[in-house]
Amino acid sequence: MFLSLFLELKAARIPVSLREYLTLLEALEKGAAGYSAETFYYLSRSALVKDERNLDKFDQVFARVFDGVVGEAAPPDSGTAADIPADWLRALAEKMLSPEEMAAIKAAGGFDELMEMLAKRLAEQKERHQGGSKWVGTGGTSPFGAFGYNPAGVRIGQPANRHNRAVKVWDRRDFRNLDDGVELGTRNFRLALRRLRRFAREGASTELDLDGTIARTARSGGMLDVQFRPERHNKVKVLLLLDVGGSMDAHVAACEELFSAARSEFKHLEHYYFHNCPYGHLWRDNARRWDDRIATADVLRTYPADWKLVIVGDAAMSPWEITVPGAAVEEWNEESGQVWMGRLTAGWPGAVWLNPAPEAMWQWSESTQILRRLMGGRMYSLTLDGLDHAMRELNRGAASSPRTG
Amino acid sequence: MSFTGTDTYVATDDLMVAVNAALALERPLLIKGEPGTGKTVLAWEVAKSLGRPLISWHVKSTTKAQQGLYEYDAVARLRDSQLGDPRVHDIGNYIIRGKLWEAFEAEQVPVLLIDEVDKADIEFPNDLLLELDRMEFHVYETRQVVRAARRPLVIITSNNEKELPDAFLRRCFFHYIRFPDRETMQRIVAVHHPGIKPALLHEALTVFFELREVPGLKKKPSTSELLDWIRLLVAEDLSPEDLRSKDAKTLIPRLHGALLKNEQDVHLFERLAFMNRRGG
Repeated sequence: MFLSLFLELKAARIPVSLREYLTLLEALEKGAAGYSAETFYYLSRSALVKDERNLDKFDQVFARVFDGVVGEAAPPDSGTAADIPADWLRALAEKMLSPEEMAAIKAAGGFDELMEMLAKRLAEQKERHQGGSKWVGTGGTSPFGAFGYNPAGVRIGQPANRHNRAVKVWDRRDFRNLDDGVELGTRNFRLALRRLRRFAREGASTELDLDGTIARTARSGGMLDVQFRPERHNKVKVLLLLDVGGSMDAHVAACEELFSAARSEFKHLEHYYFHNCPYGHLWRDNARRWDDRIATADVLRTYPADWKLVIVGDAAMSPWEITVPGAAVEEWNEESGQVWMGRLTAGWPGAVWLNPAPEAMWQWSESTQILRRLMGGRMYSLTLDGLDHAMRELNRGAASSPRTG
Repeated sequence: MSFTGTDTYVATDDLMVAVNAALALERPLLIKGEPGTGKTVLAWEVAKSLGRPLISWHVKSTTKAQQGLYEYDAVARLRDSQLGDPRVHDIGNYIIRGKLWEAFEAEQVPVLLIDEVDKADIEFPNDLLLELDRMEFHVYETRQVVRAARRPLVIITSNNEKELPDAFLRRCFFHYIRFPDRETMQRIVAVHHPGIKPALLHEALTVFFELREVPGLKKKPSTSELLDWIRLLVAEDLSPEDLRSKDAKTLIPRLHGALLKNEQDVHLFERLAFMNRRGG
């Protein structure tokens, strides 16, 4: 009956299984959904989605599958779709704006006119995203911002609550910012850290299992039966190289936040900075980058191969800066970045590169392509998903023998 | 019998649907959400509203799945055997029942809360798969099968510290408690502080939601912190004007200790307030 929903969810790569679908059917049979579309939506969400990161995808699929089927919604292609928001936009604007602001708006061309434009803008937006994401969420739509209305105070999503039917509940897409393709935010950072912690607690070693030994000894009637178990320890050592300056300015604070919080997790965390691409010198303190440098060769010597090398950078530069000696922007490099990258990946074979630039952009940047190749493909985006893959790769690197990049 | 929220707990529609579905199908319900949005409290309130006893099992990093079923106290038996205690001949004397066992054999069908399941070892949920699915387990030492005559309602909370295995997730209903919007928050506060003056509540909520919008806070204040703060405001008998005043000294909300829980956040806020003042 709801097979198309199930199949569409599968197609959208939400991990649903037959078992969950059967659970949903069973729940429907028992009347858990009542008879309203909204409770059905809640029920199916609760039964089929098990991860808040997929809730947004679910909302999109649900909207697509039941578009025009569910409820009293106006036909999507008619003009009324835009009329309904216009009503509450007006109410909202009147409520939110001070008399002075209203006057200013009138002077700028008349309130109704602006409202009309607003409605049109909304309609356009709705149509353009018909394929799935009908609404661009609070931040994205914010047509008020475009017209100079109080941008912070106006929430497009909220009035829908009051009118309840103006926007269907799954069309609200409340869970938008929990999608795991989203760049790391503060909340997401913490989640990402937890992933690092998990990885930090792994490791193979053996220690005497005292409890196990006592238990087994007692069980076998007093004959000593010594037990061993793997040790839980936090011995992972991380060497962090951070790109600074230029295009990285926006990202570095975020990266540091991430890894400085990780400091409590990693007993051994060392960091150095570089600019664009690692060459002969690295530094620890950006303020003293000229007089307090360390030769990359020394770094290579200092940290043995059991350290995990994580390079964070957007890899956006002129390709020459990697391939040609002497092309670095800040120093005269006798050897090209390519050579140094080769040394780094040889020294720490499992090294990963985290790139804060969106993955879709990588293919347009030649330098990114080159570095990715130099890293043996181990370049990951600095999103939860990418970080997850990177950590898995780092773990794997520890287990397998050194590979060539 | 279904759950509709209680006089001390505001349940949103989607939460009610999820709880009732878990009740109807006797499947575990997994609850996630920001800290302080009432995950643990939910179990208490569900138990209260259904008139069932609550058995809660608080999971720690050292908790093993086995401890929820039963533990065999080998050391006690060893000691008793050395002392020649006759109890030693019955191994049943050394089986200590866990929370799951308790819940399975309770007189009245209980609500079982497995709190913060993600705190435990990564294998923990996997070890409970069969037990939660069939609501039965085998006691190896006494060759006995413990089976739930009537399946308890299991509520599991997670703070997302670790990912839970798919097999485990497949067996649960899932609900993510979103951070309440202003309207819901108003209802929640009203439930906890029925006598609060609307003007004060309005100001407090404005300050609170503004505070949550401040970028870069390490720990955003949540529902439980708001409730604590309002309790303080009421106890101190502050007026809405006290919260609203914009002079230099009080740019930081009064009694902010209840809302901001670490000094970096307080510093950050002070700095922002300072810059605001200079800008304004």
